[in-house]
Amino acid sequence: MAEGKAERAKERRSKEEEKVEAGAAGHGAEPRGKRSEDGEATYLIAIAEALWEEMERDESVFLLGEDIGIYGGAFKVTEGFIDRFGPDRVMDTPICEETIVGMAVGAAMEGFRPVAEFQYADFMTCGFDEIVTNAARYHYRSGVQLPIVLRAPSGGGVRAGPFHSTNPEPYFAHAPGLKVICPAFPTDAKGLLKSAVRDDNPCVFLEHKWIYRRVKEKVSDDPNFTVPIGKAEVKREGDDVSVITYGAMVHKALEAADALEDDGVSAEVVDLRTVQPLDTETILKSVEKTSRVLVLYESHRALGIGAEVSAVIAEDGFDLLDAPVMRLAPPNVPVPFSPPLEDAYLPQVDQIVEAMQELSKW
Amino acid sequence: MATPVTMPQLGETVVEGTITKWLKKEGEQIERDEPLFEISTDKVDTEVPSPVAGTLVAIKVQEGETVQVGTELAMIETDGQAASAPAKAERAEEPAEAEEAPEPKAEAPAEAEAEPAPKAEEEPEEAERAEEEAEAEEREKEKARPDEERPGAEPAKEEPARGPAEETEAAAPARVAVEAPAGGGPRSQILSPLVRRLAEENQIDLSQVPGSGTGGRITKKDVMTYLESRGAEEARPAAAAPRLETVPQPPPTREAAPAPRPVAQAREEAIPLTRMRQAIARNMVASMQTTARAWNLVEVNMENIARTREAAKEAFRQREGINLTFMPFVARAVCEALLAFPDVNAELREDQLIRKHYVNLGIAVALEEGLIVPVVKGADTMNIVGLGRAINDIATRARNKKLVPDDVQGGTFTITNPGPFGSIISVPIINPPQCAILAFDAVEKRPVVVEDAIAIRHMVYISMSWDHRIIDGATAAQFLGRVKQNLETWDFGPEVGLPARGS
Repeated sequence: MAEGKAERAKERRSKEEEKVEAGAAGHGAEPRGKRSEDGEATYLIAIAEALWEEMERDESVFLLGEDIGIYGGAFKVTEGFIDRFGPDRVMDTPICEETIVGMAVGAAMEGFRPVAEFQYADFMTCGFDEIVTNAARYHYRSGVQLPIVLRAPSGGGVRAGPFHSTNPEPYFAHAPGLKVICPAFPTDAKGLLKSAVRDDNPCVFLEHKWIYRRVKEKVSDDPNFTVPIGKAEVKREGDDVSVITYGAMVHKALEAADALEDDGVSAEVVDLRTVQPLDTETILKSVEKTSRVLVLYESHRALGIGAEVSAVIAEDGFDLLDAPVMRLAPPNVPVPFSPPLEDAYLPQVDQIVEAMQELSKW
Repeated sequence: MATPVTMPQLGETVVEGTITKWLKKEGEQIERDEPLFEISTDKVDTEVPSPVAGTLVAIKVQEGETVQVGTELAMIETDGQAASAPAKAERAEEPAEAEEAPEPKAEAPAEAEAEPAPKAEEEPEEAERAEEEAEAEEREKEKARPDEERPGAEPAKEEPARGPAEETEAAAPARVAVEAPAGGGPRSQILSPLVRRLAEENQIDLSQVPGSGTGGRITKKDVMTYLESRGAEEARPAAAAPRLETVPQPPPTREAAPAPRPVAQAREEAIPLTRMRQAIARNMVASMQTTARAWNLVEVNMENIARTREAAKEAFRQREGINLTFMPFVARAVCEALLAFPDVNAELREDQLIRKHYVNLGIAVALEEGLIVPVVKGADTMNIVGLGRAINDIATRARNKKLVPDDVQGGTFTITNPGPFGSIISVPIINPPQCAILAFDAVEKRPVVVEDAIAIRHMVYISMSWDHRIIDGATAAQFLGRVKQNLETWDFGPEVGLPARGS
């Protein structure tokens, strides 16, 4: 039996070598080659494509993070990059987030455009001081811009427990000097990450790990395709209720909106895409249209991103409202590991449907 | 007993896997934990051991196929192994992996089905809560409502007229009643900011709008439907119309929605309207659009009053510190006439006439920047001295901007006096919901016929604009006749410290 195992391992290795030669996937291959047969890219591959294209475009762009080289990163986003760009531009670091951000800050001061990867967004707080004190305020204090991207997989719904499911966007959205981006679709992820790399100041780019391999779509091949930072987008037009949301909750909201259609309630889904700065114009435009708003978000309810969205609507859209602003978000507890508890923690489609029904009848 | 083998989840983000190789054929025996097949996923390639011992009876997914996590791949018959693993087989019946990674698509119908049940439970609760709230609100209102001045009219209807909204909206054609339709449910009293704004902009009497929201609340849709139906019947101010098509309207922030501003040409000057000017403009137009205005004029011989005033004014000034004008005399005569003709001292509330057996007399006071109408409360209880003091007080405070909101509310009738500026006849605009406004112009000496001789007398034209919805010409003329009679025949001397006439 041991013999058979060794044989099989050998077989696998040779298969991998074939793949490399064919350029279809695997080490050294361009992420675009990993799209599905009909040309669709997952959210994860779209992110890899963005990094690859920006590294091809601009030599000052380099990656650093834990195990991003030969291993290809915790989620395999940078798989194959080291073979194309080498260890100087795909740099493995010690397991120390403070160092990772510190290195990025120093490199940016020297004219590089570093893109740092965190294995999980939960671990960004290990580098919190470097992020919010140094990276965020450097331009303000010194007048010198600091082009850094901090990429991290965030969010729950994947049974990863309290240390691997955090939505830290409010921490960073609260630090002046940081832009915070939370895309929900492959196209937006690709276009926004390219914009972030090209931005001259620090961007926190929070990928959602629940979306990584769940959502696929055709993405642009144009190397100059970007999506502007700070612009929300209406992902579904509707007349009766607006759902203002971002990240994985966009997909829940869209599913809920489809379910509601049978009840004769037409729901509009606004994907913020960037949570700092907020696109208040698009938010208020939707509020003006429907007059009823559900603010749906995955960061904790109290003082989460949706709290600010609600305040903006109350302040600038008071006389556009036909019902009180409603919020749906997780309670102020850590993300549970137990599947039934995690399901109870995260807003679910049926709760969103119920909330929208209640709003539409208010 | 057959145990299913499912696609395992290898890593939390992996949602599908490809079978690269089956290591057993159908019909072959397999031990527990012996490698059964190989898979390739986005994250890893690996071999997967069998969960149980038995015979591989069916392979359901062939090599090269890619399936979702949790999909059934094969069946293993465990009967032959019964002795070794009954417990294992049971455990395997509910494959843990399948539960952990439900396919998103399979999830949706289940959730949709579950949905109606909790809702049905929740609704009564909701209604109860809302009912309690409504009751609590009602009690609050009860407390806040002053006891005095509540005639036979429905108490609930009394409120809007006394609310703070009344001041700014005083002359609005159909007041934005902060009342929802009578007999509404628990939420019927709540008006959303949007509904209030739409009502104000389109001058809607919300008591006419049926509510379809929870508890009978009036929603945006209800207002829109009402406006559409009203639009068919009535012409309405053009300015209000475009705002209603709310869909892709002007940018949301107020200052971001600039209406093109008219620009002053050569030798012209553009002056932004003050808030007061805007309020006057709005209220006056609203009055002209909702009242059926008619007008009457009488000429009054003020000779007696002029003499009384002449004789008393010096002492009056010394005693009271204020000038004795004609105004308190006219006010005094008007108050008596109003009590005698209560229809003139009345207002329309829906389809009812509300007569007021008290007089709160509005006095129009010209200011540099416009006009304001402070009110002398209980004017019918005052004599000339009291009226003189009260009128002087409110007029002085109006000019010094010392009026409080209560000073400009609750008027039942208004007197305007353009006389000091030289006007001899005026046609004023009614201040709704009041029925009428009286203009008292300049008192001047004119040649008049007295007992078939021409004599010089102090004369004045007193005119009144009145709402033909409430009264008719006969009432208006009789009322003015009463004022004229009072002014010409009453002996005001004793009220201002003079001996009675003829004594």
